Amino acid sequence: MRSVRTLALVGCLSAVVGVWGSIGAQARDLTVVSWGGNYQDAQRKIYFEPFAKKTGKPVLDESWDGGIGVIAAKVKAGVPNWDVVQVEAEELTLGCADGFYEKLDWDKLGGKDKFLPAAVNDCGVGAIVWSTAIAYDGDKLKEGPTSWADFWDVQKFPGKRSLRRGPKYSLEFALMADGVPPAEVYKVLSTPEGVDRAFKKLDELKPHIVWWESGAQPLQLLASGEVVMTTAYNGRIAGINKSEGKNFKIVWPGSIYAIDSWVILKNSPNKDAAMDFIAFASQPENQVKLPEYVAYGLPNKEAANAVPAALQADLPTAPENLAGALALDADFWVDNIEELNKRFNAWLAQ
Amino acid sequence: MSRPSIRDRAWAAALVAPLVLFLVLFFVWPLWTMVTASVVDDAVTKVLPRTAAAMAQWDGNDLPPPAVQTAFAEDLRSAEDQQALGEAVRRLNSAVSGFRTLLSRTVTAAREAADLASLDLAAIDRRWSDPRFWRAIRDAVPPYTDRNLLAALDLKRDASGNITAEDPGTAANRVIMLRTFVIAGTVTLVCALIGLPYAMLAASASGLVRALLLLAVLLPLWTSLLVRTAAWFILLQQEGLINDALMAIGLIDGPLPLIFNRLGVIIAMTHVLLPFMVLPIYSVLIAVPRNLMPAAASLGAGPLRAFWRVLLPLAMPGLMSGCLLVFMVAIGYYITPALVGGANDQMISSVIAFYALGTANWGMAGALGLILLAVTLLLYVVYGRLSRSPQLPGGA
Repeated sequence: MRSVRTLALVGCLSAVVGVWGSIGAQARDLTVVSWGGNYQDAQRKIYFEPFAKKTGKPVLDESWDGGIGVIAAKVKAGVPNWDVVQVEAEELTLGCADGFYEKLDWDKLGGKDKFLPAAVNDCGVGAIVWSTAIAYDGDKLKEGPTSWADFWDVQKFPGKRSLRRGPKYSLEFALMADGVPPAEVYKVLSTPEGVDRAFKKLDELKPHIVWWESGAQPLQLLASGEVVMTTAYNGRIAGINKSEGKNFKIVWPGSIYAIDSWVILKNSPNKDAAMDFIAFASQPENQVKLPEYVAYGLPNKEAANAVPAALQADLPTAPENLAGALALDADFWVDNIEELNKRFNAWLAQ
Repeated sequence: MSRPSIRDRAWAAALVAPLVLFLVLFFVWPLWTMVTASVVDDAVTKVLPRTAAAMAQWDGNDLPPPAVQTAFAEDLRSAEDQQALGEAVRRLNSAVSGFRTLLSRTVTAAREAADLASLDLAAIDRRWSDPRFWRAIRDAVPPYTDRNLLAALDLKRDASGNITAEDPGTAANRVIMLRTFVIAGTVTLVCALIGLPYAMLAASASGLVRALLLLAVLLPLWTSLLVRTAAWFILLQQEGLINDALMAIGLIDGPLPLIFNRLGVIIAMTHVLLPFMVLPIYSVLIAVPRNLMPAAASLGAGPLRAFWRVLLPLAMPGLMSGCLLVFMVAIGYYITPALVGGANDQMISSVIAFYALGTANWGMAGALGLILLAVTLLLYVVYGRLSRSPQLPGGA
């Protein structure tokens, strides 16, 4: 009986202690969170490890799949268990407005004029410029598509296409296929008629679309011949061409580029180290190493200019790639994503 | 011991305390949070108390009187808590798209304005001359709301407060919810059809054969979900192994559409969930004496009759709990349908994840979760009645 009682007591105590320990804040090393995959491998090599060496303290890194809900949950828990996070443009806008991020110390970053204007924000500094564009297999299609109108033309290019499931990007691309010039896409999309027009254009292509969800899928679909062309992230296309010797081509006109930024979560216990890390990752001599591993553009102007010409051609920021491209309008999407996602789901279900 | 003393009872309670603590912390509390998140609606009143009070003067037609507009500007100017303001904006933007940019612009203007009484909101942004935006604020004044629960069922309240259906073509939660149950039910059925014979085979085998059979069914449990799904992609795609093999032996002329449709989802989910069906049935069958079937035969029952009258009734408890397990787990799936399904195979969890993670609209996520829970409980009660199994509460 005695042993049973002891057991009960121990069980009770250990449960309490266990729960307490997992909730209670502990001294934690600087934790940096990014998008995983090849990209994070490269970041580890050029940012995380050198920074850990320089400061003599370990840097932990984790990956995530985005979503302001994740950030909101972390910050509202009190002391977040992440410090530095790489976020997309909408998460930057939303989180900065809602007070989820610390304000950055721009003096440590070398001043706002050192960066592309679009990469400067009170709460974040641009880390990369990346693009979503049409990709096709150059070995299978000698004469590839050159525009969104071609993407929609199933007579000229028979076969399935794939698009990312969701209204974001799909609606913009549909409008461009319908003849809206890139500069006017968001103007048209801000009107109810524009949204109707985009959905109507998507109707045309609906039976030919395979929807993708994660960034690796479009390449798999393209490589297996399941689809004849797809939208994809430019860094992934350049990456697979290099690592697997593919000849995937990117159609830059009509592509949509966006900036991902570094932010510091509110009440981070490692706030100072986090700021130092972001400054380190934003220095031109460190940033310039990135395009060697992944084909993303650099927001630090000095770094962008120092990229070797051979690598430059693959970047979304190269002037010839930027011509005819469109910048993602984060404000439009933070206002409209809920309503349009609802409508998109209803449209899919029809 | 005749009657346990209070002390003994206290010790017994201490023994189960970890369990109770666990249940409260990880089950009751989250569930309660979900319920409250879906109906409590105080985000706007917290930040705009003066506006909320002044709204009583407005009948909801045309534009609100100047007093409301001034109270609103005062509230915005004195809104200190950025996170609370963010919550209010999120709530309003969910009702009418556009509040995000509208409010951030207006807050800046209200903070810079010298005289709030003469501040012309419509001049800051012309959207303030649209009563829709003001009505959205007025609708957010009551502390509790049913709008999330209604929206989860594709319903809404019209301007006069009556419940009506959402405009056609703008919402699909009901369709997706129904689809979720259809997919989960189909997967459960397929799992039962495969799982029962498989468990019988495993229970009747012995030694190495049994070990191999069980290993084969357990293996998918130990493999990462993404790897399993990617493997199905390789097998089922147009130029995949299965289509190539079928074409090589001349059974089909062109590739069959096996993936990016409902069939792909059923195949991949059945594969993943089969262990939850096989193991409960197996654990019941293994306890059935082996001489029952020969005994049935000796009494003149053919193999089918012996199966129907003897083995199946004995396997029933395992089959029932297997079905329940598979169905419950299947309802929550969304990664597999997202990766191998087509346009019409998304399940309700993906919509919940969109609200919870994508837009931090926990009210809507909670409401969808609540509706899903309610329907599932209802199905469970029906199932309990139908199965008439003594193990299930609600069973006759």
